[in-house]
Amino acid sequence: MQINKLERKSGVKIRENIENYIFVLPAVTIFSIFYIIPFVWVFQLGLYEWDGISFTKVFVGLDNFREIFFQDANWWHAMWNAGYITLIALTLQNILAFMLAWACDREIKMKNWYRVIFFIPPVLSEVVVGMAWRFIINDIDGANIINRGLISMGLGQFAHNWLSDPNTALTTVAVVHCWKGFGWGFLIFLAGLQTIPRELYEAARVDGASAWQSFKNITIPLMIPVMVLVAILTVLGTMQVFVLIVSLVGGEFAGHTSVPVLRILASMRGSSRFGYACAQGITFGLVLIIISFIQYRFHKKGQ
Amino acid sequence: MKHALYYKTKKFLVNILIHIFLISVAITCLYPLLWMISSSLKTQDMIFKDISLIPHQFRLENYVLAWKEGGFGRNFFNSILYTVSVVFGIVIISSMAAYAFSRLKFFGSKFLFIIFMAAMMIPIPGSFVALYVLLNKLHLRNTPIGYILCMINVGLSTSIFLLKTFFDKMPKELEDAARIDGCSKVGIWWHVALPLAKPVLAVVIVFNALAVWNEYILALIIFDNRSFMPLQVALQAFQGEFVTNYPLLMAGLTITALPIILVYLFMQKYIIKGVTQGAIVG
Amino acid sequence: MLLRSLFLGVFVLFSVFGCSAQQTDSKPTISIWHWMTDRDPAFQELAKKYETLTGVKVNFELYAPSDAYSQKIRAAGQGTNLPDIFGILGEKRDFASFIKAGHILDLTPYMEADNNSWKNIFFPKALAVNEFAPQNSYGINPGIYGAPIDIMTIQMVYNKKMLSQLGLNPNRPPQTLQEFLDIGPKLQAAGMQGLVSGWGEVWMIDCLANNYAFNIMGKDKVLATIRGEVPYTDPDWIQVFAIFKQMKEAGVLAQGVVTMINKSAEQLFANEKAAFAFNGSWCVNVYKGMNPGLEYGAMLPPKASDKYPMAVWGGAGSSFMVNARSKNKEEAVKFLVWLTSQDQQAYLAASTNNLPANKSSLSKIPEVLAQFARSMDNATHPNVWGVSEFSLVIEAFDRGVQSIIIGEKTPEQVADEVQKIKERELAKRKAQ
Repeated sequence: MQINKLERKSGVKIRENIENYIFVLPAVTIFSIFYIIPFVWVFQLGLYEWDGISFTKVFVGLDNFREIFFQDANWWHAMWNAGYITLIALTLQNILAFMLAWACDREIKMKNWYRVIFFIPPVLSEVVVGMAWRFIINDIDGANIINRGLISMGLGQFAHNWLSDPNTALTTVAVVHCWKGFGWGFLIFLAGLQTIPRELYEAARVDGASAWQSFKNITIPLMIPVMVLVAILTVLGTMQVFVLIVSLVGGEFAGHTSVPVLRILASMRGSSRFGYACAQGITFGLVLIIISFIQYRFHKKGQ
Repeated sequence: MKHALYYKTKKFLVNILIHIFLISVAITCLYPLLWMISSSLKTQDMIFKDISLIPHQFRLENYVLAWKEGGFGRNFFNSILYTVSVVFGIVIISSMAAYAFSRLKFFGSKFLFIIFMAAMMIPIPGSFVALYVLLNKLHLRNTPIGYILCMINVGLSTSIFLLKTFFDKMPKELEDAARIDGCSKVGIWWHVALPLAKPVLAVVIVFNALAVWNEYILALIIFDNRSFMPLQVALQAFQGEFVTNYPLLMAGLTITALPIILVYLFMQKYIIKGVTQGAIVG
Repeated sequence: MLLRSLFLGVFVLFSVFGCSAQQTDSKPTISIWHWMTDRDPAFQELAKKYETLTGVKVNFELYAPSDAYSQKIRAAGQGTNLPDIFGILGEKRDFASFIKAGHILDLTPYMEADNNSWKNIFFPKALAVNEFAPQNSYGINPGIYGAPIDIMTIQMVYNKKMLSQLGLNPNRPPQTLQEFLDIGPKLQAAGMQGLVSGWGEVWMIDCLANNYAFNIMGKDKVLATIRGEVPYTDPDWIQVFAIFKQMKEAGVLAQGVVTMINKSAEQLFANEKAAFAFNGSWCVNVYKGMNPGLEYGAMLPPKASDKYPMAVWGGAGSSFMVNARSKNKEEAVKFLVWLTSQDQQAYLAASTNNLPANKSSLSKIPEVLAQFARSMDNATHPNVWGVSEFSLVIEAFDRGVQSIIIGEKTPEQVADEVQKIKERELAKRKAQ
């Protein structure tokens, strides 16, 4: 009797496993073909010196990686720049998105309009965004709106060549990037806020809690998983920025606005070093994984 | 005891501040859109000379020209086809996978999930060439289905991640109730999990729709046949090698932005709907 | 039910569009991939004309922008799906790699047939870019591997009206570097911007720096430096770097020139916001579109030294190559011969205000374009030197000049850095 029970149990388990597997099968199949295979190809290419054209490649082992880690100062400078932009995005962009989502979650007029308007920046192409913002910021090839505004408000001493001054170029690009990206965080935060049952707030109000207290004790704790989600997506998306940089400052601006993707493209196209570009890409991916891992662990610990 | 008037005034002021905040952000969001539209109504020689937002003449012909020269008829249809297929595919495939990762036990589920997450984080430079060679071997290059499958893969990891996060938060009671009622796993997924996840599904739809709609480089490399090209590739024709036809480009970009805004307008209703769902659950 | 019909609908759509169109024609069709957006209408016209003439169908496909075109060509090369005729954008060593991979037909026999009848219609400089000379450093059999369809030079242009406003002779632009620098204070005083160029796109900086290098030390020394025989810390090179410092200090460069892409620079010059521009002969068409009434002229970069002539980069603008593996090789070559003949070249030149590659097509071109054409004698191009500098060195060089212009590094510092990277790359090559 007991043996039959065990057999049935393990039989059932296997069948359950297979049933559950079917759910992920389409995803895994497509993923294996269209991601894993190219990934493996690119991964092993990092060990070669190849120009992307010839049918022959030269095996150089870990030389590309050695070069990245010990000789390519430009690469790490680009990483640093991307990290800087990401930091600004994590703070400025996401706080802004959260505040706007919170404001739109309440019962206010024109809420629907705001929801549409805030999503316009992500929809616009980065080329248009670059051109339009260049127009707003720049003096000689633009309308210099920001500086004129500052001057008219009596803050003339803050007027600056935001995009052509190497010291402020990166920050300006970061701010424009935040402007373009906050719509996503706004959307996700709003969706998250909507799933918090209204009854909790009602109950808190009946208990006499102030707006700030219910915010602190209800909203924030329930939104933490969403905040981590947005943080991870922000890091991944922002570290890969590059089109905006080209349309705002024309390129790497003597290294001041270098970012990893531009460096990879330069290796691929400018130097025709496809293998090296792949090695750079892998290094980039490793850094991103480490950062995301740390973020995820942070969240787990907090629970 | 503070006066009722104090609270009323405070509420009023707070509301005003919130509105000022919202309006100023909204203005910065609208300005580039208006700039794009106003540029599309100007002529090539006026476009950088005339810096006012309202053009002197309204060259609505630019839109007609952009439509014709941009091959908007065929390519527009292609873009819609690809976007709909890819989004549909991703919604089904990633929600099934995310539900499984979140609620179902099977061998290696954690490992697989980590792999998907890692994929999200490792961009593959030169993946276009790899995909080209791969599709060539599968005889799927220069076919819409090859492109669609590639694009489904592109959005898979992030969508799974988004959906799993929300499925994890989902209260188990409804599922248990459905299971007791004799619902199969697929039934639970279709009748319980998906409806509850409407807000985040809306986000997944918008996110992937935008990604596919704006994609052009993979399409350009994979397709040799003009009649398969999506809209974005046709648009590039305005960014000339030397002469960029700015007004037509802006008109083209405006036309291109409209469908996505429509998708978003449609989807954002579901984000509101999520509120009612939440009330039922509570 | 709804789901099922949806699935069915999508499946039907897939099957309908899943098949790629197949063509079966008795006459061959020549497929050409190009990136020249501005010329596409002209190409389509020529294709029609050719078909009426010979019955051979020519299919021009445009893939823009040029970056994307490059990638597509490289991907197609991997899968050996290249069209009958295409172009290679990039450096000579990429060209060499394509030839070594067997993608490119050697056109020398066709060029030299009938006593060089095809070869002789071209400006020699236009062909040179497509040629590999004997004993070239790329290891390619000497020969001609592409056919140019236009030529261009990169020079300076100046705004006549603005020069008069500064009190200068609008028909006599600055000839020497010192004259050019002297205009700086005048520009400042008048609140005008000086030179604009797409120096965010580093290759344009490379171009001007190289022009001055040829002027200061002569072609031989420059090539010797590339070969590693002369260091970049040589005083002549420091003088080249210093020129940019001088230009910046004299105030003769426009504000933010290092953040401009060439299209922004063109827009500024066309709208008379800048007095000078450093641009290529294609700009004639661009300026015409943006400001037909612009009064401007072309000039050589003002010379820094009298020892050697000032050089400009020039030669073939765009060229087409024939796929060595194509099934329609002969027809493709015939088409190229037709495309580069006098009438077609004149038509192309007129439609986009470019300089033709065919010597006899230079009949009616706008005066400004003629000024560009006159400097073809001074023209040179990296693709004709027979040696290429290491790309990492070029990158450091260009970035260094950008740093000098924004005042972050001195010419000596940049020279040091560039030389260090040069030595590192030389050592790497020796080790291989």
